Amino acid sequence: MTIKKALIYAAIACCNGIGDVMLKRGMTDVGTIHLDQWQHVFTAVFNPWIVLGIGCLAGFFYSYLTALSWADLSYVLPATALGYVVTTVLSRYFLHEQVSPWRWSGVLLISVGVGLVTRGPSLTQPEIEPVEAVPEEVHELV
Amino acid sequence: MNWFRLWTAIGVLVLSSSAGDVMLSAAMKRVGDMDALRSNHGLLAVMVRVLKEKFFLLGLVCLTFSFFCLLTALSWGDVSLVAPASASLTFICSIVLAKFFLKERVDHRRWIAAGLVCVGVALLAK
Repeated sequence: MTIKKALIYAAIACCNGIGDVMLKRGMTDVGTIHLDQWQHVFTAVFNPWIVLGIGCLAGFFYSYLTALSWADLSYVLPATALGYVVTTVLSRYFLHEQVSPWRWSGVLLISVGVGLVTRGPSLTQPEIEPVEAVPEEVHELV
Repeated sequence: MNWFRLWTAIGVLVLSSSAGDVMLSAAMKRVGDMDALRSNHGLLAVMVRVLKEKFFLLGLVCLTFSFFCLLTALSWGDVSLVAPASASLTFICSIVLAKFFLKERVDHRRWIAAGLVCVGVALLAK
């Protein structure tokens, strides 16, 4: 795994985890959404925590797109899974939610899964699926 | 029935988010290395190039819909349950879709990892 890949993985994980926690903090201010007043969900975008959360998720989206441009979806997705570790730690110590030992072991299993995937190849080689290989067209478009 | 309402929201969120992921991946493979494109032509050129992909725009519609489902689900449950549960179920669903629609080579290593994440999700819900 190169430094470039590690940095992109870290950016995806941190932005995703921090963004989710800020959204939850914002939705605590906004209150419960009821199905008969579902339009209430749109007022959430004026809450500062929601705005910060959206900012973090925008950073996540940019890093995610960059990674997808040179790696398989099934390789990049585990990076978003690393965000759960960040989310769980922040929801315990920042939002003061109860996190049981079961949840901590879930976080551990997810982390092991992420470790496994990142040790494998990052991109399916075109030769393996010759039907799907369209290098000429791709080069033309770029 | 609060759990039913919460898990229905998570289910809708997972399906739309996975469809969005697969569409984004297809679009970005056509765009090519974004870092190289940015250093050669600048950020504006990258944005123009990405926005020209119709799969990118379709993927964005799916992800926007799933985002509002996420906000709704977050108002109904704890973030330490909703965020990991929805994101890791999306992870499994997207890998299955990536194998069949994007023809990615999902080897044993990736399936085992997917299984670990699945069990991890079940534990997060406890």
